[in-house]
Amino acid sequence: MTFIPKPKISHPSLPRNELGLTRREYEGALSTLCAGCGHDSITAGIIEACWGISIRPENLVKLSGIGCSSKTTAYFVSGGHGFNSVHGRMPSIAMGANAANRELYYIGISGDGDSLSIGLGQFCHAIRRNVNMLYIIENNGVYGLTKGQFSASADIGTKAKKGEVNQQPPIDPVLLAMNLGAGFVARSFSGDKAQLVPLIQAGLKYPGFALIDVLSPCVTFNDHEGSTKSYAFTRENYEPVVEADFVPKQREITTEYPEGEATSVLLHDGSRVVLRKLAADYDPTDAHASYDYVQQHIAQGEYLTGLLHCRPTTATEFHALNRTPDQPLNQLPFSALNPGARQLEKLMARYR
Amino acid sequence: MGTDDRINDFAIKIATVNGTGSASANTLLMKSIFRSGIPVMGKNYFPSNIQGLPTWYEIRVSKDGYVARSGKVDIMVCMNAETYARDVREVAAGGYLIYDSTWPRPALLKRDDVTVIGVPLARMCNEHFKGVRTRILMKNICYAGVLAALLDLDLERIRELLAETYAKKPALVDSNMQAIQLGYDYAREHFSCPLPLRVARMDKTGGHIMIDGNTAAALGCVYAGATVAAWYPITPSTSLMDAFKSFADKLRIDPQTGKANFAFIQAEDELAAIGMVLGANWNGARSFTATSGPGVSLMGEFLGLGYYAELPAVLFDVQRVGPSTGMPTRTQQCDLLAAAYASHGDTKHVCLYPANPEECFYMAVQAFDLAERLQTPVLVLLDLDIGMNDWMCRDLKWDDSYQPDRGKVLGKEDLEKIDKFYRYLDKDEDGITYRTFPGVHPKGAYFTRGSGHTQLGTYTEDSAEYQLVLDRLLRKFATAKRHMPKPVIEGTGTAKAAIVSIGSCDGAVHEALDVLKGRGVQLDYMRIRAFPFGEEVEKFLADHEVLYVVEQNRDAQLRSLLTLESRVGKSKLRSLLHYSGLPVSSKFIVDGVLADLGEGRRAVAGVVS
Repeated sequence: MTFIPKPKISHPSLPRNELGLTRREYEGALSTLCAGCGHDSITAGIIEACWGISIRPENLVKLSGIGCSSKTTAYFVSGGHGFNSVHGRMPSIAMGANAANRELYYIGISGDGDSLSIGLGQFCHAIRRNVNMLYIIENNGVYGLTKGQFSASADIGTKAKKGEVNQQPPIDPVLLAMNLGAGFVARSFSGDKAQLVPLIQAGLKYPGFALIDVLSPCVTFNDHEGSTKSYAFTRENYEPVVEADFVPKQREITTEYPEGEATSVLLHDGSRVVLRKLAADYDPTDAHASYDYVQQHIAQGEYLTGLLHCRPTTATEFHALNRTPDQPLNQLPFSALNPGARQLEKLMARYR
Repeated sequence: MGTDDRINDFAIKIATVNGTGSASANTLLMKSIFRSGIPVMGKNYFPSNIQGLPTWYEIRVSKDGYVARSGKVDIMVCMNAETYARDVREVAAGGYLIYDSTWPRPALLKRDDVTVIGVPLARMCNEHFKGVRTRILMKNICYAGVLAALLDLDLERIRELLAETYAKKPALVDSNMQAIQLGYDYAREHFSCPLPLRVARMDKTGGHIMIDGNTAAALGCVYAGATVAAWYPITPSTSLMDAFKSFADKLRIDPQTGKANFAFIQAEDELAAIGMVLGANWNGARSFTATSGPGVSLMGEFLGLGYYAELPAVLFDVQRVGPSTGMPTRTQQCDLLAAAYASHGDTKHVCLYPANPEECFYMAVQAFDLAERLQTPVLVLLDLDIGMNDWMCRDLKWDDSYQPDRGKVLGKEDLEKIDKFYRYLDKDEDGITYRTFPGVHPKGAYFTRGSGHTQLGTYTEDSAEYQLVLDRLLRKFATAKRHMPKPVIEGTGTAKAAIVSIGSCDGAVHEALDVLKGRGVQLDYMRIRAFPFGEEVEKFLADHEVLYVVEQNRDAQLRSLLTLESRVGKSKLRSLLHYSGLPVSSKFIVDGVLADLGEGRRAVAGVVS
């Protein structure tokens, strides 16, 4: 249960980040998910990522809806501001919060039920609005809390624990996000922390809507033979196609990349994402090419992972289009908002 | 002046087809009367349609300043063949009927008790204007000219209004004025002008404006310092958001940088709209939405989260006729219960009930203060009649010393000083706890959730811990009563019977009280302005033996709310229910009260003779 406190003991020699904080200070309450749940690995990835880029905990807004995945916002960065809202509606809370204060980091944690069924509309429209947030879907193809119904991401032919076979086509959040114009679209696997951590870091820094669809097997309801979202199946069928390194502003790119294989996308604060292609015929910065490439591989039964598409979308980010000032709306002085008595008197002339 | 003369005291109804420009003609008529210093009311009964369906506009000229429908039509302008038969029937005996005599009038609809005035509007406009569209539009302006002659309106005032409307298209001033003159001259030539029913200059509109409630509420939001507006289009609330955008585009653009000191978000649906409003308020921005009944239904789940997680929010519900889609362009007060108890579980909401556009402005500001003071959603219930019709009301005023009440918010320095912050701990024992905003201070972090939580802000499934918070919310609601706008109480205080009413009924009730008084029936009056009900409401209910509850819905929702949430005995409350979709008239209330005051009951009401 989440109300059991974690012991607060940390070894003095633990490494500290730029803020002088240890990884322990980015942890949250004890997880109440099933032992071996993929979601807990993602939580660990988020902790590592936030610590690594030295985000001030109080500047992190953690948003979620309802479901197993949505519970996890309580399990990382307890110094952040959490908001566990209602089923499928996290994107609207994120939009409102982001409109009020554009300076914070927004991370939304959702699941395939939360985002692709009940919340499909809000998910799509958050992408359309290009809300500056990192949106992680912890995707396991199944409803866990209600004990094992198929979700909208279940593949055709995948088998439920009790033997039922899914006949309906899945909704793929990656293709959907690309189709709707998202500028940062990634897929990863909860078991691949090395791939996941830089993706989360880049996604947090990306100035716009960033999606990471993380395959995250459900050990209780969807980890059996015949399931296409089991650990075994995922390990076999998901293939890294482009690796992303997150390079903070202060740091030089030291890794040497073979000619023609690496391309970097500059982020808002001067940091960069370096994309390393593992397939020569793939351009992850081209929206149409990425879509075609990913779709063709899905048709062949291959699920590509990595930062599948990344291009700058700063011009269409919500605040850019809204022409909001740099100073967050929630910090504008009242005098900047209230037109005053004389102005009202003038306005009255219109209504006579 | 003849004995039949009725100066500044009559009602005109104009039947047209929507999408033919009749709105301009009607506004022109109403405003020219208003500018002549005469109190006037204008109400639009329009279809849920873009073009081609019947629409009516009712103008009431009232020297006594009554703002409601009288329930009687003295002059009917029939511009719609489709509704002609019913329009003819509606004119009061002794009244006037104006019709387009270009085509013959069916003889069977002849009425001997009204004066019929035929004007060949279509023919005249066809002769003088080119183009089908122009001819249709000018035909409507032309009847305004006819009325100007019959009612003795000042043509100069009409020209002045046209010049203001078409300041950027002076050619239109001339063509419109030409159409006015056509009608005016024809009427002067063929009929005895002016009619006994006519206008004469007064000076009763100084310091007043004609404004609709949606516009006034939007202006209130601008003045309250609202920065995030999120909404989904729905009649009849849309013009509130349009007005906010239009005001903000002028008044909230930084003159130096050109940046917008507000965010305006058209959501994908009402669920998202209220979600955005909650998210923004949670993060410390004043934020609001506007919707109508169907939207309130959709927002239910989120409103429950707002109540339980204690998030401020301001929601304007511009009520329209239900149930379901109902009649979207007609008025009712049918969301009183849905608003008060929106959402599942033990949930209730603070509601405000403005009676006119003026109050919409002030209550909009108050709504933000209350929402932040009480950390809960506040629902402001307008209706279509208030929201979309122009009402004469006093000039809106602003006090520059006003500072927003942000409620109990711990800032950086406050957090610096305390040891540990607990979001739901009732430190002041008034049921209202302290909140923080993200990014302010490491000590301010907490977790917001709609699931069971303890007073320390942690998740719980423990019965005692859960109940502690739920009971505290009840104490907060008790505190809320003290912050609510008080009811408006009128009368001598000695009558045994009274009218209790709400919102837009106010105008009709006032007139009805005067009429009843004239007939020897003296009633007290209480207009409820907010929920939860405070002690003043309780006292008034206790002090009267018979209470006529006047409201505009079928199921007596205000009466239900009173019986549920006050100590009043059910048997004292007698309902007068108006739910046709048109605004309630004073006649309806007078008739209802008199019918109830049969033999034996008259003594109760304090009837003199």
